[in-house]
Amino acid sequence: MTIAVESAPASASKTVGQRLPAPSRAGDVFSERFTMVMAVSIFALIGLILYELLVGAWPTIKTFGFSFLTTSSWNPVTEKFGALPFIYGTLLSSLIALLIAVPLSIATAIYLTELAPLWLRQPLTSLIEMLAAIPSVILGLWGIFVMIPFLSKFVYPGLQSALGWTPFFSGPIFGIGMLSGGIILSIMVIPIITSVSREILSSVPNLQREAAYALGATKWEVTRVAVLSYAKRGLFGAIILGLGRAIGETMAVTMVIGNSSRISASLFAPGNTMASVLANQFAEASDDAFLSALFAVGLVLFLVTVIVNLFAQLLLVAAGGNKHGKLA
Amino acid sequence: MSAFLPPAAQAQVTLNGAGATFPNPIYTKWFSEYQKVDPAAQFNYQAIGSGGGQKQILAQTVDFGASDGPMKDADLAKAPGKILHLPTVAGAVVVSYNLPGSAALKFDGETLANIYLGTIAKWNDPAIAKLNPGVVLPDLAIVSVHRADGSGTNYIFTDYLSTLSPAFKEKVGTNTSVEWPGGVGAKGNDGVAGQIKQTSGAIGYVELIYALQNKMSFADLKNKDGAFVKASLDSIMAALATAAIPDDFRFSMVNAPGKDAYPICGATWLLVYADQKDAKKGAKLVDFLNWYVTKGGDSAKALDYAPLPASVRERVAKRVAEIKVAK
Repeated sequence: MTIAVESAPASASKTVGQRLPAPSRAGDVFSERFTMVMAVSIFALIGLILYELLVGAWPTIKTFGFSFLTTSSWNPVTEKFGALPFIYGTLLSSLIALLIAVPLSIATAIYLTELAPLWLRQPLTSLIEMLAAIPSVILGLWGIFVMIPFLSKFVYPGLQSALGWTPFFSGPIFGIGMLSGGIILSIMVIPIITSVSREILSSVPNLQREAAYALGATKWEVTRVAVLSYAKRGLFGAIILGLGRAIGETMAVTMVIGNSSRISASLFAPGNTMASVLANQFAEASDDAFLSALFAVGLVLFLVTVIVNLFAQLLLVAAGGNKHGKLA
Repeated sequence: MSAFLPPAAQAQVTLNGAGATFPNPIYTKWFSEYQKVDPAAQFNYQAIGSGGGQKQILAQTVDFGASDGPMKDADLAKAPGKILHLPTVAGAVVVSYNLPGSAALKFDGETLANIYLGTIAKWNDPAIAKLNPGVVLPDLAIVSVHRADGSGTNYIFTDYLSTLSPAFKEKVGTNTSVEWPGGVGAKGNDGVAGQIKQTSGAIGYVELIYALQNKMSFADLKNKDGAFVKASLDSIMAALATAAIPDDFRFSMVNAPGKDAYPICGATWLLVYADQKDAKKGAKLVDFLNWYVTKGGDSAKALDYAPLPASVRERVAKRVAEIKVAK
């Protein structure tokens, strides 16, 4: 690689460069090296974060081993730690968020790319992207003072009387709890899933649509057969990106989820997530064992997020490759 | 004024500190007042939490630490030198609730402990009724609200419940974060206050300063002498005056004796090394410590913190005088 760069000016000057001085390749060399260092430093950063988390979490890993992931005591006084309620809470609240956000976001994206009148598309898109700009602490406060009173007055009692016979909607309604956490999260992931889905749907080549129209398909059939099935994998990637956001989201969830380290089948019961427990307890954790347990939670959260994001990247790459293949 | 001094005369010394968030407003005020006394002293205080304050002073990355709870023996043993605990101000934790009809209620420590343990689950429980004769209590479930974030408020409240209830001490214990057996957790004073306000039947605890500034009503509590006391600066100072304070100043002042003492109070401390290795910084720090002990009281009161009573001030001043500054 470097040989080619260095030898290029020499050969060029022999043949053409009689009057003109040889062009300097210093800029090329510099920019290549510089950008490479920048790119590598990102990997180094991730590596360092992982290393620090491992070092911090090591005492906990040594003491509790695998049982850290499977037990549900979180007692800083007796120094017994198990992260299961937080892992459960993170996964469940993210699942609730996706159940609400996915149909909403994809339907919105379809409307924006396929069905909405042209003059409406840009304003609606900007509006949805503005939702992503709301700071999460503001959403959390709104959750406490507006969303939760509304839900626990008008929505939750109805849910309970209709579905209270299942364990998921039984028990006392506090307002804050797992379901409220999931709903706040869904509001936070809707802009991401919508805007990525919109990009993916609008990158579907028009040839696809025209071909379907030519076969006499209706508007909905074109959307379903030509667009959605073509963009399937990309849309799945968008959902995974939303999931990544939901898993890592902290402040708004902390404010509405109830912060209890117990696992409870009822969605009305308070729960907790990995990100929340870190936000809540890290600043005042003075005991080494407690701090190490929090580091271990951070490590688990890091690994879950990395896995989810890798999965999303793979899917997006696969979807991208598919598109180019068909165009060529 | 300082702008007219020649540069040499204003040789600035910056003292770095980190720790508790609870006393942050009064420390900020003290630092700015002290700068008028000694313009050469600069303060840089980071309110990163008590745990962080203890860690930073142990690592010697700061000139002073600050904590809402005293350091543990195991942590002190790790220190490269002797660390002094200097109490600065005290605060109280008050109990607030949301009950239809909003009667003024009274509580004692054991009843509160049982509420937080979940053994008292209804407002019309005989234990609550006994403390509040003549009040009609509804047959309503109690929702106990606790601070989910680690905080000095949690430390003082769990210290109080553990002191008065052996069952609470055994099952939960005293710490800035504990494993609560039930109820819901909210973040910060405002989170707890919001949750109480919105939940019929809720009970919770917040800092006195927060309650005063937000005009919340709170319960009278039974103290060690059997009197029901309202939280106020005077009742905290009464508790400070009667609390048993050992020579290392690592004291708990919950359930202090005396008929005027409010039972759920706690002090907050500055953490400094007894041997100051940096001559310039050490001298400035000692000057400041002397200043807060003698002159800090009025501004503390203005911000609703309880200042140290004269008897404690004298003892703290004596300890400050013992700090050795390198020459």
